[in-house]
Amino acid sequence: MPAVKERIIVPDFRSSPRVDQVGIEERASRFTKRSIKKESKVEGLKLVLSMIDLTTLEGKDTPGKVKQLCYKAKHLLDTYEGLPTVAAVCVYPSMVRVAKKSLGDSDIKIASVATAFPSGQAAMKVKIEDTRFAVGEGADEVDMVISRGKFLAGEYNFVFDEIAAIKEACGEARLKVILETGELSTFDKVRRASDIAMYAGADFIKTSTGKVQPAATIPVTLVMLEAIRDYYYSTGKMIGMKPAGGISKSKLALHYLVMLNEVLGEDWMNNHWFRFGASSLANDVLMQLVKEKTGVYQSGDYFAIDRLIMGKSEIGEF
Amino acid sequence: MKFNFPISKFQNFKIRSLMPAVTKKNKKTSSNSNGVPKLKFNSGWEYAPAPESKSHIKLKDRFDLFINGKFVKPSSGKYFETINPATEEKIAEIAEANAADVDKAVKAARNAYERVWKKMPATERAKYVFRISRMIQERAREFAVIESIDGGKTIRESRDVDIPLAANHFFYYAGWADKLEYAFPGRVPSSLGVAGQIIPWNFPLLMAAWKIAPALATGNTVVLKPAETTPLTALKLAEIIQESGLPEGVVNIITGFGETGADIVNHPDIDKIAFTGSTEVGKIIQKAVAGSNKKITLELGGKAANIIFDDAPLDQAVEGVINGIYFNQGHVCCAGSRLFVQESVYNIVLRKLKDRIETLIVGDPLDKNTDIGAINSKTQLETINKYISIGKKEGAEMYQSSCPIPGKGFFCRPILFTNVAQSNRIAQEEIFGPVLAIQTFRTDEEVIEKANNTPYGLSAGVWTDKGSKIFNLTTKMRAGVVWANTYNKFDPTSPFGGYKESGFGREGGLHGLSGYLKV
Repeated sequence: MPAVKERIIVPDFRSSPRVDQVGIEERASRFTKRSIKKESKVEGLKLVLSMIDLTTLEGKDTPGKVKQLCYKAKHLLDTYEGLPTVAAVCVYPSMVRVAKKSLGDSDIKIASVATAFPSGQAAMKVKIEDTRFAVGEGADEVDMVISRGKFLAGEYNFVFDEIAAIKEACGEARLKVILETGELSTFDKVRRASDIAMYAGADFIKTSTGKVQPAATIPVTLVMLEAIRDYYYSTGKMIGMKPAGGISKSKLALHYLVMLNEVLGEDWMNNHWFRFGASSLANDVLMQLVKEKTGVYQSGDYFAIDRLIMGKSEIGEF
Repeated sequence: MKFNFPISKFQNFKIRSLMPAVTKKNKKTSSNSNGVPKLKFNSGWEYAPAPESKSHIKLKDRFDLFINGKFVKPSSGKYFETINPATEEKIAEIAEANAADVDKAVKAARNAYERVWKKMPATERAKYVFRISRMIQERAREFAVIESIDGGKTIRESRDVDIPLAANHFFYYAGWADKLEYAFPGRVPSSLGVAGQIIPWNFPLLMAAWKIAPALATGNTVVLKPAETTPLTALKLAEIIQESGLPEGVVNIITGFGETGADIVNHPDIDKIAFTGSTEVGKIIQKAVAGSNKKITLELGGKAANIIFDDAPLDQAVEGVINGIYFNQGHVCCAGSRLFVQESVYNIVLRKLKDRIETLIVGDPLDKNTDIGAINSKTQLETINKYISIGKKEGAEMYQSSCPIPGKGFFCRPILFTNVAQSNRIAQEEIFGPVLAIQTFRTDEEVIEKANNTPYGLSAGVWTDKGSKIFNLTTKMRAGVVWANTYNKFDPTSPFGGYKESGFGREGGLHGLSGYLKV
């Protein structure tokens, strides 16, 4: 008997389970009290590396920048043996072809944002076209944004149908649905948006674009993981999770891993079902891994920078 | 192409036609032998041991009685051992006080009361209480480790709950010392004299703080007896009290078994008895003080109902149930040991509970990752095991997590009993262990009746998204503390105490003052 049910009854999303803010934050803080040391730290950090969607989503991205990012994705730290590569690189649709060429025949996936990322404020046909273009250029995964305006206005059918349509346009590509939790404002709404996305056909649900604060947090990710768990129990279908934005330190990434381990368990503990959307996490993980090996922290200059670092330009801080 | 299709189009769609990307991995991992979805928590990723260091603690091999500001040998010359319940190894020898020692302690307390403490201006008294609070904070880490070694509770709890709360109690009551007339407007409150205080083994330092702090703030002197299995933090507190310069004899801490406790209760020169412990002993104490002038407060057992309604935030409710019953290995008088679940969400709640207890780590109390530590004593483990076999015999279904437990020491995996009836002993009697008895209900009236149908009345919990239901339930619960959408939350400003056989009198908050005052 197959575990994935043939027919899935779509529930009334207005009655999605409620979330108690105090309770969810308390539970989230429990994960951060786990102490991850020694071999479990090394193992965890390697797993974190393998789950990273190395990301560059800037207006100023150029083919040259994307090429460098792809090289970094393949060669995180060649002097450290036995390191995994990251899971994917995540770029704008216009950069997919460049990334595809740069990554060649490696196993690293190409994720492309689409659907008028990051605001999602465009006509449906534009979003469909955006998605088809990304997939046509060679994207293995599509990161779409939901229409938060419509969602907050209570037009859940619109949001559902839009996700379903994008899923169809994705074809073979896996679809990640970005809820932009920072704009949804309550945990109840995050839960409801998660349910809509999963029932509409999402392969992954993702917290944020990285363009809105707050981006991913442990409590918000926990709400989404619990939604995935409930969906799995009612349909038999696994959904992936991708927290994105604001996860730049190894310790925090390990807390996410602890949470994943204790909420969804071992089946999700791989990069097929869990990703970190991050641009600077990889280097911190590398630094920690080297520290575990040598006992000392290296200078940041020993780790290749794969992005434009924050700093000052002539026209101000960026 | 039109994309605005009505939602109904999707209601019966075949998921696979839309999901071509179902991988081999997906098929393999999402089904188990019988095709029912099941989460697996025995991940290859295990947390390496993360033990809290013991190197910084200072413990004597032998502890004497703390009487009149000094550590003195017991007149019997007898000592008993206190052991680490996680390793069954001896930690230290503890003096056994007899009636002569109790008399000495009470005389010291009386002397200090009449000569110094009674006459001292309240602001001065407050300074000492503040100082004790600060000194506990300064040595919090040492206290936390000793509490975990001696009692078996996890370092996470002793570090984050017991010790900070104990310090907070002293801090809070220090503030009241010079404001007593504002606590009782129009009255002139005055102290009672010598308080005899007997505390249990589940929260050793915290209970000492609950007892000593209000007594000192209100101008009483104290003879305190910690439980025989967990005397160490109280004796470390005696060291702090000695260092703090508190006048000699104001606090006396003596150790021993039940007989020593009885000697305190029966001593004629004691004005007040404060006892926290079992209902059985509480009844004996109440009989013993009957007819005497002794004022008495009792904080006894409980069999609290935790009630989950179908509109509750279920994941948080489940977490609350876990905290309610498995906190401190279930050695909590207000533990939510009876769970009532509305029938419409029973299966979901049970599934979530089972998944959750699968992730609880049972083991070394000093490991920072341990969720459930050691059972306090061999006797207590035997009691728990006795109730487990009673539960099984009564026809309840037992579910226990599969976590490995250490070979040595006293440990018990978390347990759920389903199929429990109101008439079962596991639903009526206090077990004081990690054992949850689950029942279902259908209507509000039914659950109120069932929850109140117990000789105890210490605490209760209500889980619902609806505010009006919270108020309806909380006013009808015959329990001293009712938590809504949370459980086992303690604060020095909040009174704590029971109805019925859970005792009388309140500790904590403004109410906690009146037990130590004539008003």
